[in-house]
Amino acid sequence: MSEITRRGMLKSGAAAAGLAGAGLLKSRTALADVAWNGAAPEPGASIRVLRWKQFIQAEFDSFVANSNKFSEQTGVKVRVDAENWDDIRPKAAVAANVGAGPDIIMGTNDDPFKFSDKLLDMTELAEYLGAKYGGWYPIAKTYGMLGKKWIALPQGATGGCLNYRISTMRAAGFEEFPKDLAGYLKLCQGLKAAGKPAGFALGHATGDANGWVHWCLWAHGGKMVDDNNNVVIDSPETVAALEYAKQLYATYIDGVLSWNDSSNNKAFLADQISLTFNGISIYTVAKNSPEPALRAIAADMNHSNMPIGPVGHPTEQQNILSTYSYAYTKYPNAVREYLRFMWEKAQVDVWETASNGYVAPPLPAWNDNPIWTADPKTTPFRDVLKYALDVGYSGKLGQASAAVMGDFVCVDMFAEACTGAQTAKGAAQRAADRAKRYYKS
Amino acid sequence: MVADAQPIARPIPAWRRLIGRLADDRNVLGFVFMLPAAAILLLFLAYPLGLGFWLGLTDTPIGAPGHFVGLDNFISLAQDSVFWLAVFNTTFYTVVASFLKFFLGLYLALLLNRRLPFKSLLRAIVLLPFVVPTVLSAIAFWWIYDPQFSIVSWALIKFGLLHSYIDFLGDPWHARWAVIAANVWRGIPFVAITLLAGLQTISPSLYEAATLDGASSWQRFYYITLPVLSPIIAVVMTFSVLLTFTDFQLIYAITRGGPINATHLMATLSFERAITGGHLGEGAAIADAMVPFLLAAILFSYFGLQRRRWQQGSRD
Repeated sequence: MSEITRRGMLKSGAAAAGLAGAGLLKSRTALADVAWNGAAPEPGASIRVLRWKQFIQAEFDSFVANSNKFSEQTGVKVRVDAENWDDIRPKAAVAANVGAGPDIIMGTNDDPFKFSDKLLDMTELAEYLGAKYGGWYPIAKTYGMLGKKWIALPQGATGGCLNYRISTMRAAGFEEFPKDLAGYLKLCQGLKAAGKPAGFALGHATGDANGWVHWCLWAHGGKMVDDNNNVVIDSPETVAALEYAKQLYATYIDGVLSWNDSSNNKAFLADQISLTFNGISIYTVAKNSPEPALRAIAADMNHSNMPIGPVGHPTEQQNILSTYSYAYTKYPNAVREYLRFMWEKAQVDVWETASNGYVAPPLPAWNDNPIWTADPKTTPFRDVLKYALDVGYSGKLGQASAAVMGDFVCVDMFAEACTGAQTAKGAAQRAADRAKRYYKS
Repeated sequence: MVADAQPIARPIPAWRRLIGRLADDRNVLGFVFMLPAAAILLLFLAYPLGLGFWLGLTDTPIGAPGHFVGLDNFISLAQDSVFWLAVFNTTFYTVVASFLKFFLGLYLALLLNRRLPFKSLLRAIVLLPFVVPTVLSAIAFWWIYDPQFSIVSWALIKFGLLHSYIDFLGDPWHARWAVIAANVWRGIPFVAITLLAGLQTISPSLYEAATLDGASSWQRFYYITLPVLSPIIAVVMTFSVLLTFTDFQLIYAITRGGPINATHLMATLSFERAITGGHLGEGAAIADAMVPFLLAAILFSYFGLQRRRWQQGSRD
């Protein structure tokens, strides 16, 4: 077990909290002087890490280089495997069930809440990092904590923003990207008229489809459950969101109903669409490409956070990266020490730079990396965790919220309404029926 | 003088006599030799099957023990529209794909049974779809069906037959037919090659005799080929139906059950509910619900296609 002195840490953390209170969301946050007194890794320790598969090779290479650096410093062997997001979930579930498998999993969203009692306690490490780096964003706490215990260490979010072509936006009659829903719809209609429409995944695409439909739902005040986990999706607000989405859908390129998480990347880079919801990977690929056509796309594109709806506050849904370890690991000290090392700013800065800002920081003190400001086109991605709501909103994360997400209830509701397979009201009712099967009182 | 060394007759212990007697008993030996196979079957077949049934009667989530809930999962599924859609999809997928695989496979087998140039090469080519890993062929079909980059749409547009790309996977019925086409492409070689093996066991003298009696080619097929081949057809179609009904990889790689669950099969829905959604109990219940359909398919194959009198060339 780690030997961190909680009192000392909290004392320093108070200073950090004060700083955070004064300017929590400022990009530059002073680092608190907090000591980590965790136990040394077990002799002969060897740990296996299963993480999400890279969309940007330089990001993965940098991650592995940091891991190797840790091995050189501590003698702990680290093996890093990478799998698609969707493939990590079943492996994590099996590992939890059988009590064997990777020591560390870097997965997504609320997965750790499905098997929380099988996980290694991360409380002291998370409190140390929070105290040192200006306090976790509230959404990071939501995804990391169960009650007062940290069951996962938020790694950030593969921030999704609106990726748009500047020239097509101008052709549609906009000089600036619209900030409200009416302007946004008008823009989408203008893009279609300009011959290069918008395209948003509406198939079972874990990141992209869930991202924009939840934004749309929440922006209108709709939500799956209330604060007490009662299903309230069948509401006038949801119907308004669906009616709005139907108008958006009419402006989209054909085929989005079958799109997965990579389809919009392909279409955007093939110059077929001019607006989509995605991480920074499209821009990075285009910018670093040897092909002039792709570099031209990079020069002509920019990013924006999602518009704000009638609720009056940001309502983004982001793909949160959650890191957790299992209680079955033979080397809990090595696991914590490895994660601490990887979460320290010295390593994060190198990794974040290599990834060109692929992962939005969960800690405000990570924001001052020049990667976020050197190229202004990356800046919107930095702040996505300020604007995000969790997938259990406004109830609690847990088995039910994970099941509703896993069953694509919200995505299917939008797909049914957008395509006319159901009326908006009918789609909302069906979604309510499906959600109630999981949110049992 | 050398005295004869007489071996001392020691009494054989009773347990050794018993073992000796048992070792000479064919029934006992047969039972003993079957034990390893039985252990493997019990461990890797009966136990997982039993566990699956048990999980279907519980509310087990991932990573935590569950509680016995009786038939609650099945009652809940009976009120779930997505489950019934998956049942319809699975039945439609299985029936249509199996029929297409059978008729096309049989046609291909009959063609390959003739004297053709490069016969061996042709047979090898026919096997190719079956040799390619399912996921690879699924990804190939995913590209073929892509709404923006489909080679089929591209070619049709180039030939002036179309003006816009076909939305293969974005329309529910397009998507159903698209995944059936992928399954048929992949499943035909199994049917064709197995039936071809059966065709080659039919004695040419039967055809010669029938030809001398003035039988037409259709009569030769209906009264000789089909009855003699029917035991093999029964086995092939049983396997084909089972594999189609339980298909997972093609759907998971091409559509993930979309659009709007139009291609969700019971297997993919079971996986989604159990693993992605974390409800092992409900996922197991969906898998359990597949068993009656599978049993019906097997019974149909055996009792429908193995009718003795029909095999002997007479009508029932």
